Amino acid sequence: MQVLQVLVSGVAQGCIYGLIALGFVLIYKATETVSFAQGDLMMVGAFLGLALMTALSFPFWLSVLSAIAAMGAFGILLERVVIRPILGQPAFSIVMLTIGIGYVARGAITMIPNVGTDTHTLPVPYRNEVLEFGGVVFAVEQLAVIGVTAALCAVLYLVFQYSKVGVAMQAASQNQLAAYYMGIPVKRLNGLVWGLAAAVAAIAGLLLAPITFIHANMGFIGLKAFPAAVVGGFGSLPGAIVGGLIIGVVESMAGFYLPEGFKDVAAYVVVLIMLMIKPSGLFGENLRKKV
Amino acid sequence: MRFVFKTGYDQDIDVAKHGGQRFWYSALLLGLVIAPWTLPDYWLAQLTFVLIYGIVGLGLMLLAGFTGLFSIGHAAFLGVGAYTQAVLASMGWAFPFSLAAAAALSALVGAIVGLPALRVKGIYLGIATLAFGFIVEEVLARWESVTGGNSGMMVASIDIFGWRADTSESFYFVCLVCAVLCTLIVLNLLRSPTGRAFVAIRDSEISAQSMGIHLARYKTMSFMISAALAGVGGALYAHQIRFLSPEQFGIIQSIDLLLMVVIGGLGSIHGAFLGAAFLITMPQFIALGKDLLPPAIGQAAGLQGVVYGVVLIAFVLFEPLGLYGRWLKIRTWFQLFPFYRRGLFKRQKAFQKSDRLK
Repeated sequence: MQVLQVLVSGVAQGCIYGLIALGFVLIYKATETVSFAQGDLMMVGAFLGLALMTALSFPFWLSVLSAIAAMGAFGILLERVVIRPILGQPAFSIVMLTIGIGYVARGAITMIPNVGTDTHTLPVPYRNEVLEFGGVVFAVEQLAVIGVTAALCAVLYLVFQYSKVGVAMQAASQNQLAAYYMGIPVKRLNGLVWGLAAAVAAIAGLLLAPITFIHANMGFIGLKAFPAAVVGGFGSLPGAIVGGLIIGVVESMAGFYLPEGFKDVAAYVVVLIMLMIKPSGLFGENLRKKV
Repeated sequence: MRFVFKTGYDQDIDVAKHGGQRFWYSALLLGLVIAPWTLPDYWLAQLTFVLIYGIVGLGLMLLAGFTGLFSIGHAAFLGVGAYTQAVLASMGWAFPFSLAAAAALSALVGAIVGLPALRVKGIYLGIATLAFGFIVEEVLARWESVTGGNSGMMVASIDIFGWRADTSESFYFVCLVCAVLCTLIVLNLLRSPTGRAFVAIRDSEISAQSMGIHLARYKTMSFMISAALAGVGGALYAHQIRFLSPEQFGIIQSIDLLLMVVIGGLGSIHGAFLGAAFLITMPQFIALGKDLLPPAIGQAAGLQGVVYGVVLIAFVLFEPLGLYGRWLKIRTWFQLFPFYRRGLFKRQKAFQKSDRLK
């Protein structure tokens, strides 16, 4: 039973990794760059939700929706102001840029007097409630994470696979110039993708907040989401979730069976092994240009 | 404007291109040699840090700026070098041997990390090095019998066959000698076929490969040399800071190192040292600026992070060539006065293509 319990908490943790990884994958799929600011956007989203719920005392659902919408708008703004001017430069410039954005976001939140340096709890209605099935205790917080992740993943997968916008995003990711020639508004799409990724980050932040606490450094969990994205294959949306689940489960199992210390590095060991065996990831497309 | 008239093929690979460079670099060296007598103690310590970080920066520059392989876990090599040095120094090894051992061990570790580099590239490599950095940090924290774990470890002062470099002046000279030697090694490396191969790999792997460059060998070599330089830097860092703990070699340090080479200017030796000077002096400037700002902003804990982030964003947006690129522009402006054009350094826009469809 105890193993099952560990498994459930691993799955819930894995869903969080998967959600953050989903943001990476979205941005990677559409713009072929990697955002190191994803974890920090998540942190900002959580703080935004907190501010709406406590300072403005919005009702729960309204504040969740408005936090997600506001983060989406923030993502679009971010893309417009800092990312778009360097569109077309080497991918690593954008990586450095996102590292810079992460620094600014962390620092700016810390600078808010009396709020930024403390840890907070998010007052959600389902806090500390548990359900019990056959001797295994499920925290509602964890079930919420799992449910929302599954739904979000399905929606995004369908959008990318079947909608016109999603297909256009895929085209732009494979060859920006060719996509542009085909009449796809590459710049506007990039903005949309950053908005989407920031909104997903906000969702992840709001879901994570009841499990851990809200503080300025909670974004560092994003570094654990990289292994998730790599294991699943960087270009694959379901892969991000599966990778997240694998990382989460391996981590909690390592915490359960192995001596102290292995839990923290388990994710990185898995990703190194994955990169040596199958660098394209579990669901990664392995396309080769035919000459 | 100076014109260099070449009369021999060897002039193409001269270290100093013309007399002006010889003069100014000699003057710089002279200035550095007399620094202990002209600078106050505090600034001498800062200068020592600049030299140490400059050595580490040289390593990362070789890897990121000249071979095009980005490492987001370079602090791990720094840590390996620092702890090797600390352990060997406590066992009574003479400094030159322990330094060589620190460099060799770091290079060995670098070769291991280089293994995934043979199969993956771009951001995957970044993540592989990131993962590796975390693992090394955890090993340093958990291997308590050797590293002292999270409670840290004291480092003895330098011992070179009985001569102890225990004052800040003597340690400064040790660092200076190391920095000059490392710079010369890297300069020489870059004008050798090996260095040219690195640059070729950076510019295009496919064309490098078709010119007969063994990608696996040169990439591993680049990783090893880069790690060895980081190890040397780490060994000196251990002596300078006197107290080692694992969190000094975490992700924050790695990102700082990356920030250093990007702000210094990727692809230039100068950039490593300019970036190091920036990284070391920035906190001082922030501390100075704090008093001028209203207390609500000036005393806030996050100010440093915001400034770092804004500076990084500004450099990537407006000066992708870094501090060295800015200096080149200023110099060219003076050389060509009044004929400098704005578009002189304009880079061609490269439209992005998928990595997945290579």
